[in-house]
Amino acid sequence: MSKLIQLFISFFKIGAFSFGGGYAMLPLLEKELIEKHQWISSTDFIDIAAISEMTPGPIAVNSATFLGYKIAGVLGSIVATIAVILPSFIIISLIFKFISKFKSSPYIEWIFRGIRPVVLGLIGAAAVTVGKTSFVDIKAVIISILLFYLVSIRKLNAILGIILAGVMGIFLY
Amino acid sequence: MLLKLFITFFKIGAFTFGGGFAMIPIIQQEMVEKNNWIKDEDFLDIISVAQSAPGPIAVNASVYVGYKIKGLPGALVAAGGTVLPSFLTILLIAIFFSRFSENIIIQKIFLGIRPAVVALILSAIYGLLKSSRLNRGQLLLALTSFFIIVFLDLNPIYMIILGIAISIFYNKSKNSSNYKSTRTLDD
Repeated sequence: MSKLIQLFISFFKIGAFSFGGGYAMLPLLEKELIEKHQWISSTDFIDIAAISEMTPGPIAVNSATFLGYKIAGVLGSIVATIAVILPSFIIISLIFKFISKFKSSPYIEWIFRGIRPVVLGLIGAAAVTVGKTSFVDIKAVIISILLFYLVSIRKLNAILGIILAGVMGIFLY
Repeated sequence: MLLKLFITFFKIGAFTFGGGFAMIPIIQQEMVEKNNWIKDEDFLDIISVAQSAPGPIAVNASVYVGYKIKGLPGALVAAGGTVLPSFLTILLIAIFFSRFSENIIIQKIFLGIRPAVVALILSAIYGLLKSSRLNRGQLLLALTSFFIIVFLDLNPIYMIILGIAISIFYNKSKNSSNYKSTRTLDD
């Protein structure tokens, strides 16, 4: 029982302090799970990070589910998954209420005017990060250009785009 | 309505690869174009909130959209829908198939999906740039944030705080000078 509570606290902390998406969370996970609690080895950790990346869904949630299972079985995976998304849920609820309440204040609009461009810049930076590991050869670049054309210009359903890319991977590699 | 919300977010959760950003075009197609649940101009703001708050972007965005569409029940359903596919997938892999990432077919599929993720992120930027109508100052801020994050590896949250500070300072001083000259400047 105490292990489940510790698991909950660790993943709650991870959920509450990871800004900027799942990749930013990996060092935090490493510190909490390997260094502090020694729940898993660092080889296990690398495997879990790889699997989390290769399966659909947010990396933070994937690794929480996997680690929770490794540490305390199915119950552990449920506890870790809920713990990692609970801070998001609480914080976004508060932000939503706050924004709805002060919608008429000019400050809200000014805050958004400042955030919008930064977020676009951040998404651009994410494209560079993912691109560095994804563009392993010319085939990958072609897949990427084709997908961009299909989704952005031809308005192909993005989910179909991902399936198509997976099939192309099987035939091209 | 709640069921439809659940199914939609389940789909989004099931096809989000490589972090939350690749999910943006999927959410945009499902929420804005297909179901008209959110307006095009609200979309970037939702992504902005999701990116500025801690936690997975996919979860943040789904909670926010859920609230907007159907209040607290909507938020719970949307978050559950987003998380459930990955929860089930990971649990199955953890129980039965821990050599998952060594499977050759899986590796090939993933070699195809990875560049597609880059394409989806670029599609997100393309779509958001079109709908957001940034002015010249904002475009400059976007480019500056891009270069700072890529080359200096600064924690994104500092850039967001900086962006907010610049915007409030700029708009406040513009507003007070407008007030004096009783002239209204367009963005």
